[in-house]
Amino acid sequence: MSLHKFANPARFVRLSSPLLPWLWISTALLLGVGLVLALFVAPADYQQGESVRIMYVHVPAAWMSMFVYSVMAVASAVALVWRHPLADLTAKASAPIGAAFTVLALATGSLWGQPMWGTWWVWDARLTSVLVLLFLYLGYMALWQAFDDPQKAGRATAVLTLVGAINVPIIKFSVDWWNTLHQPATVSSLSGPSLPASMLIPLLLMAVGFMTFFSALLIIRIQREIIARKIRTLQMLQANPEAAAVTAASAEPS
Amino acid sequence: MAPFFQVVRRDLRLALRQGGSGTLVVIFFVLTVTLFPLGIGPEPMILARIASGVIWVAALLAAMLSLDRLFQADFEDGSLELLALSPMSLEMTVLAKTIAHWLTTGVPLIIASPLLALLLGFDSGGYGVLLLAMVLGTPALSFVGGIGAALTVSIRRGGVLVSLLVLPLYIPILIFGVSAVEASVTGLGARPQLLILAALFLFSGVLAPIASAAALRLNLE
Repeated sequence: MSLHKFANPARFVRLSSPLLPWLWISTALLLGVGLVLALFVAPADYQQGESVRIMYVHVPAAWMSMFVYSVMAVASAVALVWRHPLADLTAKASAPIGAAFTVLALATGSLWGQPMWGTWWVWDARLTSVLVLLFLYLGYMALWQAFDDPQKAGRATAVLTLVGAINVPIIKFSVDWWNTLHQPATVSSLSGPSLPASMLIPLLLMAVGFMTFFSALLIIRIQREIIARKIRTLQMLQANPEAAAVTAASAEPS
Repeated sequence: MAPFFQVVRRDLRLALRQGGSGTLVVIFFVLTVTLFPLGIGPEPMILARIASGVIWVAALLAAMLSLDRLFQADFEDGSLELLALSPMSLEMTVLAKTIAHWLTTGVPLIIASPLLALLLGFDSGGYGVLLLAMVLGTPALSFVGGIGAALTVSIRRGGVLVSLLVLPLYIPILIFGVSAVEASVTGLGARPQLLILAALFLFSGVLAPIASAAALRLNLE
């Protein structure tokens, strides 16, 4: 591992840093306006009452839980094919955020389920597949921690993510199939596809706000990873000065 | 094809001469199933109802626990590197080793499952489908599990990690394995579930060796 590999990540830091304030401002605006609209302006559901407002956090969180995994899958494919150092970092930095969104989706869903269905948890197809998705995130993070060498960890987790990405639709399909065998259509009435605009607008605002929030967090985490790897490289070079001299000499012409 | 069968034969011979490998897996399988009547209670009605699920879950766990034997020993004594250097592609080597692994761990599970079904008072009409589902499902368990074993081959004490990586991927096999048996017991016909199990088997048989070989390669560097 030599420092010249970080030329590209350095450019990423330079380009992404000016974006950060804008992302934070738009996150604050979108989530602020979205929450005000969702909590005070949007009408209460005629069946579900005020508790329908959980939807404005729950649904974007659930969307993000899947979106982040697809970001990781694309990043992993790029990392495996082109060995682009940033792709590794993107996948690694995304995983805890995605896991957090998944936990948020499960927790809000559970809080919503208690007043609506009278139970905290149902072995519903959707709930089960989101729970499995959480396990995939946790497995990804655990596998990353198990390796000492970040390059190896990056490739191993990339293989795992791609295997998971192929499996997610299969798991989803099998869980749907399993559930329809046992209890047909208990909760499919949750969200009708045709929401009135007074509910759809805050929902979309929240969803875009979650997205910018994710982007801001992702940029910060990638920058932090880049710095951590630089420190690691420097420490390794310090621990082994001869290798440092060789690397410095070989890095000179390039 | 000769080197392919050489690898299969070598792994089979190693497993047989070391002895106890398949037996231990079966003992674990039987023991796990034995715990269920003790935990749930001996009512025959309940046991017969949950028999197929218990057998499948126990088979899943047994197959998972045997995964460390797939690549670990060969990785530690260096023979995996020689196999990787051989003219046969690593994917084919992985396929051969997985087949040998299934023959030494999956087949004993299949043989033991009717006995366990008998102990749990399982409906006698479902034996054929249970066996057929196991025949189709256990190779898929070996193939998919091979990915987890390959990823963690250089990690010491990777056992718990393997379970976290592999068990979520086992879910479809479990679902269709159990529902095939349930469908045949309730008289619905298990054909669609068995076809899906066969699809999972073939799909994992083609794709899992590629992923496992990629994982082994990075661990061998």
